Amino acid sequence: MATYNTNEFRSGLKFILDNDPYSIIENEFVKPGKGQAFSRVKIRNLKTGRVIEKTFKSGESVEAADVLETTLQYLYNDGEFWHFMDPQSFEQYAASEAAVADAIKWIKEQDDCNVTLWNGNPLIVEAPNFVTLRITDTDPGLKGDTSGGGGKPATLETGAVIRVPLFVQIDEVVKVDTRSGEYVSRA
Amino acid sequence: MLQKRASLLNEIRRFFAHRDVLEVETPVVSSSANPDAAIDPMQSGFRLPGSHRPEPIYLQTSPEFSMKRLLAAGSGSIFQICHAFRNGECGRLHNPEFTLLEWYRIDYDHFQLMDEVDALLMQLLPGCAAAQRLRYADLFLIHAGLNLFTATDAQLQERAEAAGVVIPESVQSEWLVEILFELCVGPWLQQQQGVIVYDFPAAQASLSQLSALDPRVAERFEYFFEGVELANGFHELTDSGEQRRRFGAENLKRQRAGDEQLPLDEHFLQALEHGLPDCSGVALGVDRLLMLRCGVEHIREVLAFPFERA
Repeated sequence: MATYNTNEFRSGLKFILDNDPYSIIENEFVKPGKGQAFSRVKIRNLKTGRVIEKTFKSGESVEAADVLETTLQYLYNDGEFWHFMDPQSFEQYAASEAAVADAIKWIKEQDDCNVTLWNGNPLIVEAPNFVTLRITDTDPGLKGDTSGGGGKPATLETGAVIRVPLFVQIDEVVKVDTRSGEYVSRA
Repeated sequence: MLQKRASLLNEIRRFFAHRDVLEVETPVVSSSANPDAAIDPMQSGFRLPGSHRPEPIYLQTSPEFSMKRLLAAGSGSIFQICHAFRNGECGRLHNPEFTLLEWYRIDYDHFQLMDEVDALLMQLLPGCAAAQRLRYADLFLIHAGLNLFTATDAQLQERAEAAGVVIPESVQSEWLVEILFELCVGPWLQQQQGVIVYDFPAAQASLSQLSALDPRVAERFEYFFEGVELANGFHELTDSGEQRRRFGAENLKRQRAGDEQLPLDEHFLQALEHGLPDCSGVALGVDRLLMLRCGVEHIREVLAFPFERA
């Protein structure tokens, strides 16, 4: 079992606490002049996304989390699981709804996604920062309006709804920033 | 920043010159070290001319022992601005090599020394008023909700877990008290300007006398400004037998923790046997004071070359 000592704590380090994998966001070394040293960390639970603060005695060890970040190709959804494939090894992985979370709104078949694997199981699926998706439904824009001010709702092929400028029409393909959920341009 | 440091050092020297406190210099390296289990000295080696076998020497973690030897030899009240070195300490408020202001006042008790710390800081920190003075146990009761003297280990542990502490396998109540103070009282201290915490628990007496009125507490104080631990002072322990016993206890703690025991400073113990006059002393972190004066967040910003680039 690999372990990390508190002196190896730095942001991004992943370890197990109470059976859940955590990633360190911030680590502060605390040492009263005449007292014992400890580490105060802000950590994110990689399963729930919840951020908590913990305090460790300096010199204590924690169990390293077998967490790997990799790029997988999205294949299909069988109604219960979202299936991904490693394009090199062709190995397939099934991600739960909790793991894909918000990424569901943006990914379509054959998209490459960043996937965090914990003990070989998908823990977090991240949509690419930018995706290009076809518009399946939106109100026809006003003739002659090219300013883009205001905008209107549009439904994408994945089912997500975003705001687009008035000149964008059904069946057009648009570029979307998945982090903000905002329209970027026509693709 | 170099100019700001220079003017701070000048102001400190002027303050003590006005009060007839003598500036001294003492050795930075020694063949002995402070065995305090919570402080880890840096070690080097010294060869006598012609010898190929270096003997271990230690960089001072504070100038305390040398300065007390001067006091025992009749120096009168003294101060020193010097570098101190502590292994394993690096962070926002810690550089492994740092500047200490340490001073001793003959015939002062720790309350008189608190007055002087206040006078110095009111002069050095713009807008700083006299510090609030609060007992350790009172703060512990208000902010951690536990009576320092009667709380059981189980209660301390439960409170610490609630505060997000990952309890180590070999947990000691002393450690739980220290960490609870930091986690529960610390956030309050951060919202205050100057606060002097006094009557530390006897387990954290370090080199101070136990109170004659209440032996559960030690005549030790700390000065916090906006939560930053700025100074630590003692009504100094003058009993050489008690000092030797405490050193032994610290070395035993080191042994249990798997650390090497450190050679005791026999010159210092002899000086105590010869007689240390009744006095109080305090050490103040000059880099942290400069941080507060300049309003910066990290100690590296007030150093010419922080440790990573030293």
